[in-house]
Amino acid sequence: MPVKITVTQNTFTAYLSGEIDHHSAKSIREEIDEAVTRMTPEEVYLDFKDVVFMDSSGIGLVMGRYSLIQEHGGQLRLRNMSSHIRKVMRLAGLDRLVLIENGGVRI
Amino acid sequence: MKRQNEMKLTFKSRGINESFARTAVAAFVASLDPTVDELSDIKTAVSEAVTNAIVHGYRESIENIYISAAIYPDNRVVIKIKDNGCGIGDIGKAMEPMFTTCTTGERAGLGFAVMKSFCDSVKVASRVGKGTTVTLTRKISSRGSINE
Repeated sequence: MPVKITVTQNTFTAYLSGEIDHHSAKSIREEIDEAVTRMTPEEVYLDFKDVVFMDSSGIGLVMGRYSLIQEHGGQLRLRNMSSHIRKVMRLAGLDRLVLIENGGVRI
Repeated sequence: MKRQNEMKLTFKSRGINESFARTAVAAFVASLDPTVDELSDIKTAVSEAVTNAIVHGYRESIENIYISAAIYPDNRVVIKIKDNGCGIGDIGKAMEPMFTTCTTGERAGLGFAVMKSFCDSVKVASRVGKGTTVTLTRKISSRGSINE
């Protein structure tokens, strides 16, 4: 499952793409966790621009990364989520837990 | 009410088939000309039910999962996802949001909550040791009809 990670100064961005389900979530999780644990960034963005499908596995993915990043004292932000992805996230109340941004504008 | 169209699928409980199953159901439903949102909702609900069958029903062992889907003249789509896995002891509990038997913390326990939220109705029939059937019903606002 393709995850592209870019790091500039203290901003760490994981660009997710394709479909996020139980099957694909495992490798996404492993890739992000490995990099986060190694770099302990202050700000972590998960970018959903190229995600075409997500089920509740995406909620588990965000919640798990949220705890890990908090342990390192960092902050997690979600970016560029489609209305469908947002709908799934809202079911879990993740919109109240994590900062959601679209493009550069916080909503 | 008479079925206007129907299909049946049998596939192995491999993770890679989660994508196959929801895409196949979406392709079947496409004859009703659903909106993008309706199609996303159906794909997501099917994905949850199939994932439950793989992760909980069969506990990652490789067995058959059966899907049947039917379209009714009032644009209702009824999708049944069936496994012959371990079954659910307490369906009420299993359907509670955030309840999960997963101990790794990576499953949110929201599968049924997603199904309920994205479908008009969700029914679960299960017998311990025999398996589980989840029936999802969703009405499509439909701009098209399969008779056109």
